[in-house]
Amino acid sequence: MPLPRLIPCLDVAGGRVVKGVRFQGLTEVGDPVELAAAYSNAGADELVFLDIEATLEGRGLLEELVARVADRLAIPFTVGGGVRDVRDAQALLEAGADKVTVNSAALARPALVSELAARLGAQAVVVAIDAAGGEVYTRAGTERARRDVVAWAREVEQRGAGEILLTSIDTDGTREGYDLEVTRAVADAVSVPVIASGGAGSARHVAEALEIAQAALLASIVHENPARLTSLREELRELGVPLRNAA
Amino acid sequence: MKVAVCEYGAGNVRSVVTAFERLGVSARATTSPAEVAAADLAVLPGVGCSGSAMEGLRTHGLDVALQERVAAGGATLGICLGLQLALDESEEDGGVSGLGIIPGRAVRLRTERVPRIGWAEVEPDGNAYYFAHSYAAETPAAVSRSEGIVAAAESGSFLGVQFHPEKSGEAGARFLARCLSRV
Repeated sequence: MPLPRLIPCLDVAGGRVVKGVRFQGLTEVGDPVELAAAYSNAGADELVFLDIEATLEGRGLLEELVARVADRLAIPFTVGGGVRDVRDAQALLEAGADKVTVNSAALARPALVSELAARLGAQAVVVAIDAAGGEVYTRAGTERARRDVVAWAREVEQRGAGEILLTSIDTDGTREGYDLEVTRAVADAVSVPVIASGGAGSARHVAEALEIAQAALLASIVHENPARLTSLREELRELGVPLRNAA
Repeated sequence: MKVAVCEYGAGNVRSVVTAFERLGVSARATTSPAEVAAADLAVLPGVGCSGSAMEGLRTHGLDVALQERVAAGGATLGICLGLQLALDESEEDGGVSGLGIIPGRAVRLRTERVPRIGWAEVEPDGNAYYFAHSYAAETPAAVSRSEGIVAAAESGSFLGVQFHPEKSGEAGARFLARCLSRV
């Protein structure tokens, strides 16, 4: 297995980085390209950018941001938010993203996952699943999708998803630890890599998640202070988590 | 030093061009067989599926351009799918004929998680590079491996790597610089 990955996540809106708690109460925390560069220097294995507004007017801004990030960074990054069809996804990849992530649009029309995988290859298709109480939620966690988390994970894998980004709404932003139960249920059910998301508050939390998932998404734990990623990596090494030598 | 990066609808061309520009060389994305023939280093990047990628190469006449270039001893680098396309064939998409530059075939990975995504150490190189693939080369021309999987294969003037040097941070940049120094 490749080494476990640490993936800082930048929620962006209108070209800026924002962070909410339990999907609510957004506050602005910084410039995406500067933060991305700081994370890369601090040893991030990958980055994820989620456009949480994903308005039509914001599409151009997002593509421009992707191009600026691609010019600056030499690590892989995933972009999502508002991807509704193959054309949206291709525009982001052409701008320099390595992968796209889809969530609500895939729930509304599951064939989208198959189309993206056929056109872009599975390795470029990350399906994001927002989970609470074993159920899938859509529209940024605001609506029940009336689907079981494990069943949906299996379906998107069959349709060609290359990775699953699993966020627990229950733990997101709380810094009380990842939702290990739902993470294990999904990781056991699929054979594509799983990225655990929501709730990292300490190195121990991240280490626990990485015993189950292949990667851990990091948001509030590192947002206010990108240098925290450097110390987090050291703490994880001390806990016996094998991380790449980023030098 | 001129680097020509093949543009045929199946590559993360922009990232590859940028990675070379950071090293201070002139890199250009191109669909032109003549530019591929004339460059000091030609690069065949690639992400996605073998079937449509081979079609893209043929559409632009880049398949023949690459074969002729390597036959004439021109330095050529294949990245990820670019390595797999250089083989005799791939079992992806129900079977696809490759460029036949490197002997062997691309076969579906049998690792615990597929796609195999993430940073993994390459031997004998010693560095970790970023991989993202569902197929891998089976070839007698392998020159390095990662967790037993072919990480690089070389035949004549063609070097193919399964990992993405353009996405592998400092280690990737050093790798590309070594490729340039061999030209």
